[in-house]
Formats: sequence, C-alpha cells, structure tokens
Amino acid sequence: MNFSFDTIWHNLPYLLAAARWTLIISLSGMAISVIWGVCICAARISTGRVLPRLAALYISFFRGVPLLVQILVFFYVLPYAGLDLPAMAAAILAVGLCSAAYSSEILRGALQAIPAGQKEAAMAIGIPPLALWRRILVPQAIRIGLPSLINELILLVKVSSLASVVGIGELTRVAQNITGQTYRPLEIYITAALIYFAINLVISRLGLLAEKRLKVT
Amino acid sequence: MELDLFVQYGPALLQGFAVTVLCWIAGSLGGVVLGFVLACLYRWGPVPVRWGIYGYVELIRGTPFMIQLFLLYYGGPYVGLLLTPIQAGILSFVIYGSPYFSEIFRSGFNAIPQGQIEAARCLGMAEWRIVLRITLPQMLVPITAPLTNFFIILTKETAILSTVTVPELLFEVQSMTAETFAYVEPLLALSLFYWLMVTVTARFGAWVEARATRHLRRV
Repeated sequence: MNFSFDTIWHNLPYLLAAARWTLIISLSGMAISVIWGVCICAARISTGRVLPRLAALYISFFRGVPLLVQILVFFYVLPYAGLDLPAMAAAILAVGLCSAAYSSEILRGALQAIPAGQKEAAMAIGIPPLALWRRILVPQAIRIGLPSLINELILLVKVSSLASVVGIGELTRVAQNITGQTYRPLEIYITAALIYFAINLVISRLGLLAEKRLKVT
Repeated sequence: MELDLFVQYGPALLQGFAVTVLCWIAGSLGGVVLGFVLACLYRWGPVPVRWGIYGYVELIRGTPFMIQLFLLYYGGPYVGLLLTPIQAGILSFVIYGSPYFSEIFRSGFNAIPQGQIEAARCLGMAEWRIVLRITLPQMLVPITAPLTNFFIILTKETAILSTVTVPELLFEVQSMTAETFAYVEPLLALSLFYWLMVTVTARFGAWVEARATRHLRRV
C-alpha cells in the first residue's frame, strides 16, 4: 500500500475541528480536576473522623476503576439515579472527577513537602490561618507540585480520547469515522496521533515555562 | 437488582475475566522485557540508537493508548500485519508499556552511585559482572514501587481493549447490557471488580516491596 498524503490533506480540517472538542474536554476536565482536587486534598488532610476517610475512599475508587468504565457508568447508570447527563457532560465530569483524585494526591504530597517549621514559625509570629495558606503554603505547594500536575494534565489530554465511546465527536471518534469512509486507518490514525502529540508538546512547554517563572532563586 | 443475570452470563464473564488477565499479564511482561532492552540500549548503545529510543519514548508517551491500538489493529493489515484482536491487544500493551518501563529502568540504572561501579572496575570486575552483581540487584529496590504503579495502570488499560473487540471483561459486560438492557448492575459490578483487582495488585506490590527492602535499614 502506498502512503496517501492526499487523504491526510483532505481530512486534516475535520481532524483539526475535532481536536477543538478534545481541547474543550481536556480544558474543562483540567479545571474540574484542579479545583475539585484542592477540595479533596483539603478534606483528606483535614482533622476529623469522616472527611479524611470519605476523601480516601473517593481517591481509592476513582484511581481503582478504569476511566472507560467510569465514563460508561456516568453515561448509563446516572440516568437511573435521575441524573440524565448529555454525553459531553458525562465525559467531562468523568474525566475531571477521575483526574481530581490524582491531582489531590499530588497537592497533598506537595503540601507535605513543605517543612513543618514554616507553618510553626508563621503561627508563632501570629500570621492568621487564611494568610498562612494563601501566602505561604499554597504558593509553595503549587511550585513543588507543578511538574506532576503538568504530567497529570498531559495524561488527561490523552484519556479524553475515551470520550469517543459515548459518541462524542472528539479527535479519536472523528478519526474513526473518517477511517470508516476512506479505509485509510494508517494515515488517519497517524495524523490523529500527531495532533495529540502536538497538543501535549505545547502543554509540556508551557509547563516548563511556568516552572521557570515560579522558580525562586 | 437483577442478580440472576450474573448466573446466566457467568461463563461468558469468566471467559472475559480470563482474557483480561491474559492480556494484562502477557502484555505487561512483554513490556517489561522490551523496556529493559530499551533501557540497556539507551545506556550502552551508540548515539543514533539513543536518539531513536528517545524519539520512540516521547512519541508513545505523547499519544493516547486507544489511538495506538487502532493504528495497530486497523492500520496493521495495510502494511501486512494481520493480527487477531487478542494478539493486537497484547502487542499494543507491549508497545504502550515499554517506554514507561524503560524510563523506570533508566532511573534505576541512574540510582546506583557511580563510585560503586568505578570501584568495581578498579578491582578488575568485568563490565557484565558489574551489571549482574552490583547494578541489577541494587536497582531492583528503588524501582519496585514505580513498577507496581505501572502494572496497576496497565490493569485498568485492559478495559480499552474492548474497543477493538478483544473479548475481555468489559466487552462481555457490554454484550450483556446490549442483550438485557440492564446497565446498572453489570457496570457497577464491573467497577467493583476492577477496584478489587487494583487493590489486590497494590497490596501484592507493597508486599513485594517490603520483602525486597527488608535487608535495608529504614530511616
């Protein structure tokens, strides 16, 4: 078989348009992941009986079940609980909630890497708890956790391909559809792979840039 | 709850479970072996080989597993690579896992202090003996945890194999839901199953790690 660049050229606009949906799923998933991850992390390290255990259970469940199964559960099982989500919402929610479990653990690790003496010193000189978190702990935790968070976000872009199973026209799904029409899986999937690769390359470069900016010399 | 469904579909589910475990174990073992070979080639190979491996690692890590699987299964026949779904599943696991495993092994190689290797050279130990007697036994300790981690990740990736009709557990569950229109019980049971499998693997990994490091003094 001869490699057909023509096929790629003709279908590139469709693939790029689909990549927009991949980006939408990934970016909304990331927002949920980070914000909800902070909440889970706060619950996990809070002092109490119920909250930390609930958070641990949440983390254990979302890390222990394949995301594909989670998406199917969100799409097929939630309607029985009276929550009828459109496919897009189900996918974004599944991706975001799953990733939040990982993000929260990354943040927890980062928070625990900050020497306890800093917190004690801040309390000793009378810095109020809110300022302690806002000015001392969170900025450092972000700096420490940033490489892992970027890792997690890159993973998130890749797993957004799973949204194709509930019929969302993101990159993988559209690549499948085009393959069905053109019988050129090799060219189309290679192109799709390269688009994913390009997206992730941009994210990792941005991550490096952010790391440099946040670095304290 | 319609639990009698599980009795009716029991044999199919068991078969799906067997296929899941087969793909997981064969794929991850193949991935470990290929990863180790890549790590060795990266460490001792000539420069062009190292560039090639670097590109391979970046490319496989930068693209979704599902796309790799599709490329292999649907694109393979166009270049003369005709695979059954299970073969494609296992091979894609090997390809997908090997860069991660190779990076784990690379970090393991780097974890051994250079001084030890230099000392062994000064004592006149042959290179292969240094690797076999000094580097390998010691690097097994720091890499047990990341290896376990990735085994667990691969456990969950088995679910994706259903997309190319590998008759693994999720695939059987999906045929079951398609025939019976029962979504809640099968999918929740499937989640529970995967959760248990991951937990058991994690426990096993922790046990192996504890045994591998029992001679070390803990700080």
